[in-house]
Amino acid sequence: MSFTPPSDPRKPKNVKVSQLCELCHARKALIKRPKNLQKVCKLCFFHVFETEIHNTIVCNKLFENGEKVAVGASGGKDSTVLAYLLKLLNERHGYGIEIVLLSIDEGIVGYRDDSLATVKRNKEQYNLPLAIVSYRELYDWTMDEIVACAGVRNSCTYCGVFRRQALDRGAAKLGIKHVVTGHNADDMAETVLMNILRGDVARLEKSTAIMTQSSGSPIKRSKPFKYAYQKEIVLYAHYKKLDYFSTECTYAPEAFRGTARELMKNLEALRPSCIIDIIYSGESLRLRPKKAKRAPPVNHIEIRSDGSVSLPPQGFVDGNRCERCGYLSSNTICKACMLLEGLQQNRAKMSIDHDTSVNGAARLTRTLEKLTF
Amino acid sequence: MVNVKVEFLGGLDVIFEKQRTHKLSVPSKDGDEVSVGTLIDYIVENMIKNTSDKDVFIENNTVRPGILTLINDTDWELEGEKDYILEDGDIVSFTSTLHGG
Repeated sequence: MSFTPPSDPRKPKNVKVSQLCELCHARKALIKRPKNLQKVCKLCFFHVFETEIHNTIVCNKLFENGEKVAVGASGGKDSTVLAYLLKLLNERHGYGIEIVLLSIDEGIVGYRDDSLATVKRNKEQYNLPLAIVSYRELYDWTMDEIVACAGVRNSCTYCGVFRRQALDRGAAKLGIKHVVTGHNADDMAETVLMNILRGDVARLEKSTAIMTQSSGSPIKRSKPFKYAYQKEIVLYAHYKKLDYFSTECTYAPEAFRGTARELMKNLEALRPSCIIDIIYSGESLRLRPKKAKRAPPVNHIEIRSDGSVSLPPQGFVDGNRCERCGYLSSNTICKACMLLEGLQQNRAKMSIDHDTSVNGAARLTRTLEKLTF
Repeated sequence: MVNVKVEFLGGLDVIFEKQRTHKLSVPSKDGDEVSVGTLIDYIVENMIKNTSDKDVFIENNTVRPGILTLINDTDWELEGEKDYILEDGDIVSFTSTLHGG
């Protein structure tokens, strides 16, 4: 697959005064900015869009001089524009950061292999180093295998949990303490909306933070596109003719998020500022401080899904580590290890044509597959 | 009758036989002027092979929210949307913003 840039239209002949850019008053306006309905031309749009991202970065003190930063690169529009812009702004404003592209290979044939090809082209186009970590090397399972074992319906649960860890581990491997992701304003608003609809109060407060860092974790995450509209990101990529990958994941997208997204898009059509307004509402929400959690009794025993038991060595505090892999977790075993255990023991749904009646059959099959004589 | 170039970007090409660029000669419905509205009707009637794919492109008789429509690289909101009268050589692009990033 190669990249074909969008076509350039021929030069417009005559421009009416009412069609002029509201910033430079010299060129024809091409865009109506969803944020404030201002009509701007291509060059002014580049300028305001880049400046706004720069301001977000500076005001929130996202970067430190000399910092090494990993861009979570999927090959999609957001991360492609992010990588391009960070390189541009870093050179223009002298942030003094070192940028590395970090991609996760979930192992989805027909989707991720194509998008990784895009990231590899981006590596050449922007002259940035690229590192790829795969689910296969981290967890010994690819997403295709997980779906074959656990069914399509749960795919996003597995993939989401694993990817979050994979980005951290990939960054740790490269000695990087800061991962930036291309989450945009639409994503943020969507998340706020979803947390409200689900009544997930605990996540609601945290979900709008531009930078997150758990105590005890050496890796922080930030979202420089927090206030950037998806529409503007796509337009920026279009006008700059950036090479990005755009295909929906092979496995069904998360149904609930899809519905929330549709609702957002319909709201945006009626009132474009609502995206930024929802983020603002999310930011302004202050929850009443919770009463201190009752600590489990001193001789509390946790019973795991496989029947084994553990005595928690310390209280449930932020910064706990998983007993198995050492990753940050609020429980004794992290979510990823729990899911992996379920997979290996074949507790998850599996088709009948593979004989799975024996406990641990999946793991055994996988071990046998690798045997050579 | 008007000759225009139509582009389906951002993953929309999947419902148009994976072809991003199409050169079209759109016949006028009545009189000689062809509007973007007529072009959209023409696309829906003649170019979407699979009927169930129509909902991907169209909703409530207009381009679905989340699909960006540009006429000669200008947001169609600034050109009168469906009422814009096409001229020979115009480029109309439809870009989906709905897929993941």
